[in-house]
Amino acid sequence: MSRSLRPLVATAVIFAIAYALAVMQFPSMFSTRVLGNFLTDNAFLGITAVGMTFVIISGGIDLSVGAVIGFTGVLVAVLIAWAGWHPLAAFALSLAVAASFGAGMGLAVHYLQVPAFIVTLAGMFLARGGASVITQDSVPVNHEFYDWISDLIIRLPGGGRLSFIGLLMVAVFIVGALVAHRTRFGSYVYALGGNPVSASLMGVPVARTTIGVYMVSSTLAALAGIVFSLYTSAGYPLAAVGVELDAISAVVIGGTLLTGGYGFVLGTFIGVMLLGLVQTYIIFDGSLSSWWTKIVIGALLFLFIVLQRLIFAASAQGEKAS
Amino acid sequence: MTRRILSRLANPQLLALVGVLLINWLLFPNFFRITWQDGRLFGSLIDVLNRGAPVAILAIGMVGVIATKGVDLSVGAVMAMAGAVAATLVVAGYPAPVAVAAALAVGLACGLWNGFLVAVLDIQPIVATLVLMVAGRGIAQLITEGFIVTFTDPVLIFIGTGSFLGFPMAAVIALALLVLVTLLVRKTALGLFIEAVGVNRAAASLAGIRSRMLLLYVYGLSGVCAAIAGIIVAGDIRGADANNAGLWLELDAILAVVIGGTSLLGGRFSVPLAVLGALIIQAMNTGILVSGFPPEFNLIVKAALIFLVLIIQSPLASRIMPTRMPVRETSK
Repeated sequence: MSRSLRPLVATAVIFAIAYALAVMQFPSMFSTRVLGNFLTDNAFLGITAVGMTFVIISGGIDLSVGAVIGFTGVLVAVLIAWAGWHPLAAFALSLAVAASFGAGMGLAVHYLQVPAFIVTLAGMFLARGGASVITQDSVPVNHEFYDWISDLIIRLPGGGRLSFIGLLMVAVFIVGALVAHRTRFGSYVYALGGNPVSASLMGVPVARTTIGVYMVSSTLAALAGIVFSLYTSAGYPLAAVGVELDAISAVVIGGTLLTGGYGFVLGTFIGVMLLGLVQTYIIFDGSLSSWWTKIVIGALLFLFIVLQRLIFAASAQGEKAS
Repeated sequence: MTRRILSRLANPQLLALVGVLLINWLLFPNFFRITWQDGRLFGSLIDVLNRGAPVAILAIGMVGVIATKGVDLSVGAVMAMAGAVAATLVVAGYPAPVAVAAALAVGLACGLWNGFLVAVLDIQPIVATLVLMVAGRGIAQLITEGFIVTFTDPVLIFIGTGSFLGFPMAAVIALALLVLVTLLVRKTALGLFIEAVGVNRAAASLAGIRSRMLLLYVYGLSGVCAAIAGIIVAGDIRGADANNAGLWLELDAILAVVIGGTSLLGGRFSVPLAVLGALIIQAMNTGILVSGFPPEFNLIVKAALIFLVLIIQSPLASRIMPTRMPVRETSK
């Protein structure tokens, strides 16, 4: 087995063990119904986390994604409910807005040469503030298109249902994995995260790649915002507060190295599912309070960071010895 | 001599604060009016000092961390934890000094934990402190069992809302901390060591600086400052709200430090200017509130401010205007 796949395997094994333990306690958790809901309930988080994976592999970080989800939800709801646009037109506009927003952040990160977290922090304030200026209330969306999409489900044997948004997340993961591992842009992103100086010496277009990475992240966050709006049928400026932390946690748990240059889109999928499992377990248990979610996610995060360090320290020593 | 003092007063942060205050005055003519009532001062300016104190205290702790090329994202969660500990203990019947000491100890422990992850396990600061940022609020809720723990203890309430010589207690505590920490870093070699570690940790270690201990110190100080801010905020609302105490204040604290001219690339810092940065942020907050704009504008103004400061600090700007600030070359 290739050494570089170890973190991915570790995550998968931990997920399998955790799921098996949960099923031993609550046999009903092993059903297509629960698995289908895993996908539906975590769709917006998963789509966001794909974009975050690209940013982190490139050596950056994007704190603005939660705010972009909230902004997109409000923009879509206002365009449909107040301006009477067709949902598809509203979706297209909000994706375009988010793409240019991401491009702006990428430009700032590259040309101002400041840490990504402070630029995307400003982006977070901007998007959250923009959403709150448009409206401070929750705007409900009632459109037949929304009803039509929520009726698009595939029924599975055993009462499970695969929803449109759940399948959309899976599709985004597949496309994301293909882009990361099979395209030139993907290799540029890895090269940039590995070492920006050597990347630019090798002829990687650093400016274009940096801008592209943040565009991908913001656009996927906007797509997540659309999914969130389909999921809740409303737009609320304070929606998805703190999703950036969940997305970063999912990426780290999925085995992507926070220093950049190394990681897997597929690992992020397992990370998202692991976070979903924690939440589902707490709901199944019933006696545990919701704040245990945060503590468990924090503990998992710590565990995986230490694990990464150990694995990399071990492999570095192996290289020295050989 | 007078010239030196004049050129000191003409720094951009002070000018910005004066500018913001003048704009507030134009929007709200009574802005500078201060009255004496019930043995304490009242007025918008005093309100800026009082409301700005928690962020100023966080900024005092954050400056050292950022100067070592790090960042502490957990301060908001540590505030919530410290407030929860103090409130729970006084409600359980312990005397206030014990509760305050326990809260400060929790802050110190959190800071040392962060420092341990950064200095010993060599994890990037953003990630190391993210762990506590996510888990800390959960732990705070665990301590308060999900409730907002309210208390009537006079000492804790005095820390949050009392006054000393007419000035709000929170502002007095912030000032005392500012003087203490400034003396500590500028009258000893500590500040120099912090800058050395921020510029190049490996070189600093080779030069004989015990960089591990130093990192533990600065993260520990940041944790203690967060705990102090947490106690003040809890005393102010007479209760510990694990969900909302200190929410997003880590971002305000980072912003205050950055406005204060401390380089995010490490190696250059100023404690008083960071406190000035916190006051600028609060003056804008108060200005937006008293002039009747919706508070949401705050976020957009803050975002604009961050970009402005970043553009001024960036290497691009120093290439266009090569005269003023010498940008230190940092190895990447």
